Amino acid sequence: MTLTSLEALCGQIPNGAVLAIPKTSAGVAMSATRELIRRGLHGLHLIGVPTSGLQADVLIGAGCVDIIQTSAVTLGEFGTGPRFAAAVKEGSVKLLDATCPAIYAGLQAGLKGIPFMPLRGLIGSDVLQHRSDWKVIDNPFANDDPIVLLPSIRPDFALFQARKADRAGNVYIGRERELMIMAQAARQTLVTVEEVVEHDLMADEATASGTIAAIYITAIAVASPGAWPLGLLDRYGADTSVLSDYAKRARTTDGFKGFLDDWLSGKLVTTAKESPAGVAA
Amino acid sequence: MVFSQTELLICTIAELLQGCRYVAVGESSPIPGAGAFLASRLSGSRLRVCALGSKTHNFFVNGSVELFDLAAQGRIDAFFLGGGEIDGQGNINLVGTGTYPRTNVRWPGSFGSSYLYFLIPRVILFREEHSRRVMVPKVDFISAPGVSATNIHRPGGPYALLTELALFMFDKTRRRFRLESVHPGHTLDEVRDRTGFEFDVAESLHITPAPNEEWIDLIRGPVKKEIAEIYPLFALGLDTTSQGVR
Repeated sequence: MTLTSLEALCGQIPNGAVLAIPKTSAGVAMSATRELIRRGLHGLHLIGVPTSGLQADVLIGAGCVDIIQTSAVTLGEFGTGPRFAAAVKEGSVKLLDATCPAIYAGLQAGLKGIPFMPLRGLIGSDVLQHRSDWKVIDNPFANDDPIVLLPSIRPDFALFQARKADRAGNVYIGRERELMIMAQAARQTLVTVEEVVEHDLMADEATASGTIAAIYITAIAVASPGAWPLGLLDRYGADTSVLSDYAKRARTTDGFKGFLDDWLSGKLVTTAKESPAGVAA
Repeated sequence: MVFSQTELLICTIAELLQGCRYVAVGESSPIPGAGAFLASRLSGSRLRVCALGSKTHNFFVNGSVELFDLAAQGRIDAFFLGGGEIDGQGNINLVGTGTYPRTNVRWPGSFGSSYLYFLIPRVILFREEHSRRVMVPKVDFISAPGVSATNIHRPGGPYALLTELALFMFDKTRRRFRLESVHPGHTLDEVRDRTGFEFDVAESLHITPAPNEEWIDLIRGPVKKEIAEIYPLFALGLDTTSQGVR
């Protein structure tokens, strides 16, 4: 049985870990993120799969991050993550700018246990120019056909929020199957869920194909609403009042500190509720 | 007939998509999304739209992984990209201004542009703001280049550039934009004033055609319903035609 407490789950991630986190719409473990910040975690190497938003921004603002590899840090309609932009300007975070399919391809190499993956595109871009870890070779099966090679990505941890898990430790992700790629590539996968169900998710054809098998899962903790103030798929919509408040306050260091204090001390009030798919953040 | 600028842009996009079979629409793209839904209606559903963020019009079951694979196989005919900066060679910058990595202004990032721009045949650059800070002589950071050397695998690239002022088509041979039409109420001089790069002017330069009544009815009816699933606030605004162009 892999069920544990949120505190114990977060306690498994050490300083300096390579941590893969999903894009905003796929299920972001915000309760766990708050716990990581409370623990004073530092030196993280974040990987946005393939982008990140509020989660990367608060972790950067709280000083937890040394390196970020991502294709974007976006608060959706509220624009670029303000703490990300500030850290970039100060040079306090090492940037590994990527493009979405490059992150996926790196993870796919990781899950196959092979050292690299070729990918089209990129040649002539400044994204490639600034990635000394990416190489261009000549396609060995053709003449004069340059192609980019990306090293495999094997994160130390993958961390995300899902709707449900079962007692055996299987995790339901539905159609968000990029979470599967993330979990398969990561050495360890930590999942927070809204609920634990009593039936076997693998026993039913309807859920089995959208389920990550327990073999990939290190630990599960219940956190509900665990993605708040972000939304969670068909469970609840984003809390736009909190997100808009964040976007305003996080423009300055002091404003961000105030938001962080309120969040860590439980002063931010949730308005998220069970609802059909809300407006995506 | 009174129509809004938004409706003009939606109709122009639908026109640009004629003949396409599969059109993908990225996130934060209400006007391109509405244009694609309109084009689909006009094609009798032969043209299919896959819009990220939609449940009804989205056949991907693994985030956007499938979009990238489909694009590489040539199964996606058209897509939309924007840019904080766009230059005369069709280079786009989604990263920021100033010297990388410590850019003064940082935008979210390149997303899938550094890849999709190479692979999808009809990439429509859509950016409403038409100013010298956006339409620059040379971008500060190339998220994706407009053109490539001949030995680079590149079935895709820029097709058109649509803004609040005008429509340009991209000339792959001349490696630059050609002004095709200027929107009603604007002039060639205004376009020149507000563009930071050199461009060609089509001999057939004309005023962007006003949407016809049938298209406007489709936008205010079924297209509005389809786009409301992803962009409810934008869909509400489609009723506001009081500040119409004509």
